[in-house]
Amino acid sequence: MQNVLKGECASVIRTEFLSKSFGKLNVLKDISTEIGQGEVVAIIGPSGCGKSTFLRCLNLLEMPTRGRVYINNVDITHPKTDVRKARQNMGMVFQHFNLFPHKTVLDNVIYGPTKVKQIPKGEAEDLGLKLLAQVGLSEKAGVYPSRLSGGQKQRVAIARSMAMQPEVMLFDEPTSALDPEMVKEVLDVMKGLASTGITMVIVTHEMGFAREVANRILFLDGGGVAEDAPPEVFFSTPKSERACQFLEKVL
Amino acid sequence: MDANFFEAALNSSPFLARSLAQTGGLNLDFSKIAPDIPFILTGIWETLRFTLTSAVFGFALGTILAVFKISEFKPLKWFADFYTSIFRGTPLLLQIIIIYYATPQLTGYAIPAFIAGVVTFSLNSAAYTSETIRGGIAAIDRGQREAAMTLGVKYPLMMWDIILPQAFKNILPSLVNESIALLKDSSLASVIGVEELTRRSQIVAGQKFIFFEPYIFVGIVYYIMIVGLTWFAERFERRMRLSD
Repeated sequence: MQNVLKGECASVIRTEFLSKSFGKLNVLKDISTEIGQGEVVAIIGPSGCGKSTFLRCLNLLEMPTRGRVYINNVDITHPKTDVRKARQNMGMVFQHFNLFPHKTVLDNVIYGPTKVKQIPKGEAEDLGLKLLAQVGLSEKAGVYPSRLSGGQKQRVAIARSMAMQPEVMLFDEPTSALDPEMVKEVLDVMKGLASTGITMVIVTHEMGFAREVANRILFLDGGGVAEDAPPEVFFSTPKSERACQFLEKVL
Repeated sequence: MDANFFEAALNSSPFLARSLAQTGGLNLDFSKIAPDIPFILTGIWETLRFTLTSAVFGFALGTILAVFKISEFKPLKWFADFYTSIFRGTPLLLQIIIIYYATPQLTGYAIPAFIAGVVTFSLNSAAYTSETIRGGIAAIDRGQREAAMTLGVKYPLMMWDIILPQAFKNILPSLVNESIALLKDSSLASVIGVEELTRRSQIVAGQKFIFFEPYIFVGIVYYIMIVGLTWFAERFERRMRLSD
């Protein structure tokens, strides 16, 4: 199954020698990998290993210093490529939600569809309300984000990204800023999303979640991929020394 | 030193000596300007109209300059920075005089005083406001920008829909304060003959050769306007903070 998914035509994201430096600090070193249609990839690793930077390079929120990023076989690092087009196809959920505080929950969700995709407002609202129902927040459609709990905010942020009907969803530590009792409601929504077959790339510290929901683990260490394995293999018989040490600390 | 100076002034200016002698020092008698009070008070409308027009144009131009200042395209940034340094680095009074008296020399057309004044004040206010707005934009969390970018929103739309509304809300108190400063500075427009409060009090003073009464009266009018506006601004600010 894994091999089929990684096949040339089914690869949604492909990186070639992706490198990123901040000044003299080399955060990512020549990462070449492929993520296939429908894969749920958890990116884990010690803090400072470049997980978030790697994720942010995939939609060019960070511009790679070297290397290429292909989305559906289009090189988005090429200067002639319209990055906005690629981004519309890749939703992103942030650690700090980044909801628009001056817009209501529903207006947050329909902003992308109406302003970027030019979908008529009524149609977008139907879609928005459907998505809010999916994340269990129908009754919050008219309120402002400041009235929501962290978990609710993150579920709205997921609905906002999904409203663009992207092929890929990127999650940058979506539960790290949440109070412990709110982690589960967000993970449950993500679990539901994973079962729909959408491609997901998740930077996370939730090992239980990674083990249960992901079908592939990328273990990053020192700016490179130290281990790339299905969760059952990675968590039971990690090959690298660094992964063993890491798992010892977190499990 | 000061006493000598006044004495010398009195001696050299028979006019000043006479008017002081007439009133016998400081005998304020506001009844003398009673017939002129409606004339002076009409200046409130002119002052407000002048200030408001300048504030609106200054704000619009200031917003454009602020967007230039954060632009990745360096020449725009240089232009906006240079513009600001010129208008902040020279006296407002001089700017008014140049635009009113010197521009006609260049173009061959005289500009009505009100328009020349509003143009000067708008250009000047834009320089100050642009710094405030730039600061307001910089204070918006970069996550807001990133969230808009990941939705595929174009830069101008992101500025207009996401960044500027939040920035304006945050800097509203300082914008109100700048408008109040503008209201006070509008008295400078009297030098080119805009018939606002100060100019009208000067006219009355000139006609009747009394000075304390019209100027003190107009000072009180300014004071009431500014204290009133400040009070409203503070209330408004408190309400805004409550809504957060």
